[in-house]
Amino acid sequence: MRLAWREALLAFRRAPMLSALSVTTIAFSLFAFGLFGLVALNIRQALAQVEERVEIRAFIIDGTSIEATTAALGDLAAFPEVASVRFVTPEEALARARRELGEFSDVFEAGILPASLDLRLKAGFRDPATVRAVAERIRTYEFIDDVRFGEEWVQKLHRIRNIATFAGTALGLAFAAVAVIIIGSTIRMAVLARAREISIMRLVGATDGFVRSPFLIEGALKGLLGGLLALFLTWAASEIIGKVVFSAAFFDARLAATGVMAGAFIGLLGSAVSVGRHLRAV
Amino acid sequence: MIRFTRVSKEFPKTGLALKNVTFHVGKGEFLFLTGPSGAGKSTILKLIFLEERPTGGEVKVSGVSSATIRGRDVPRLRRKLGVVFQDFRLLEDRTVEANVAFALEVTGARPSAIGPKVSRLLTQVGLSAKATAMPRELSGGEQQRVAIARALANDPVVLIADEPTGNLDERATRGIVQLLRDINAAGTSVVMATHDLELIRRAECRTIELNHGQVVFDSAEAAATPRAERGP
Repeated sequence: MRLAWREALLAFRRAPMLSALSVTTIAFSLFAFGLFGLVALNIRQALAQVEERVEIRAFIIDGTSIEATTAALGDLAAFPEVASVRFVTPEEALARARRELGEFSDVFEAGILPASLDLRLKAGFRDPATVRAVAERIRTYEFIDDVRFGEEWVQKLHRIRNIATFAGTALGLAFAAVAVIIIGSTIRMAVLARAREISIMRLVGATDGFVRSPFLIEGALKGLLGGLLALFLTWAASEIIGKVVFSAAFFDARLAATGVMAGAFIGLLGSAVSVGRHLRAV
Repeated sequence: MIRFTRVSKEFPKTGLALKNVTFHVGKGEFLFLTGPSGAGKSTILKLIFLEERPTGGEVKVSGVSSATIRGRDVPRLRRKLGVVFQDFRLLEDRTVEANVAFALEVTGARPSAIGPKVSRLLTQVGLSAKATAMPRELSGGEQQRVAIARALANDPVVLIADEPTGNLDERATRGIVQLLRDINAAGTSVVMATHDLELIRRAECRTIELNHGQVVFDSAEAAATPRAERGP
């Protein structure tokens, strides 16, 4: 194993230009993927923020007892889909309506808005079908006058989310496939550049496993370095966008580490495939 | 040591390279393979170190049969063989001693044993003074000596040489042949392919001549056959 590490590191020293070219190619293909990831991440976060506003408002018939309302609060809070439920008095409802309507605030007069139970749903339960089902369940309470949740808006939001998820997955897979192909070709070039060394290794009785190991290490190292460079480039790009256009979210530490490790893994896989093909061919 | 029994080899693109070849090389023997280009000399050598497998018949090397050996056992067989080529096949970016040490390293030799063994091998081939030189700094004859030292690194039972003097001048050729004969005298069988008939004549060793993939002459059989049977 020590020899495999030595040979892998020597490969960097013996062919610095080719190694730098490999690392740069890997970095730029991962950078393109990283930029796409950044866009996807920001769209997802923006959608999540909008989704958090999905709310069910159940209006209570005037004159309903405090006991009945309190019992309903407990019941609704126990629904698995419900994140929070809040009792809104007519006064609070009026104040909120005035706040939301701004210059038209004077159209309301005290007493015209009913009390309500305002529910927010947990993430994953904000699709139109679930929201409607919860609303229907609330409607069964005798003291509930009406339930509203902006059905059309929830449906539109859900459609945008579906499109974003589908486009994100398809584009993500395409970007990943391009990155894998480019990285694979780069490593294949490195393997071909050392075909003579491989043939000599085999000639003197090295096992295929022995021949393979320095290339696997080299591929993983190139992938790792390319991944780190790509992470830096993506970070720099996000900083520039943040200063010039708008402030964008960046990957958290776990996602960044996963990206770099993915680079190392693609490097390793690309090497394994390239060396394997070469060994079978010669 | 090496036994070819009715061996044929057909390549998908170029067709039949060997047809029904049978011969035997004993322990400690020195054999020349000769014949025109394309006669099948290199194919025989490739079959010996199992770079190729026969399409018919059987090749047996050091008790291992081409018919039964598994792919993963080929490296173990190759460690018993030393191979040198016309183009030397040295690693250009490593010193002479690193080239020889490489053969020991890849076969898992003990690190502490590698240095002394490399020194001994370079002394044996007459290159101890050039241990730290790069291959490009050496003459063709010297490069071939490095290749021979590397081939001897794992104490092979057979040394296979494919036109080892093809790129060398007459003086260097004589030196390489003498070195191969010394190695043979120490007990290693040598199989050398060459089309240099003058070299074969001078060496007076067993010779097999090939043409169109068939054995057309084997000096060992000729010597064993009484003159009367051979005709006038």
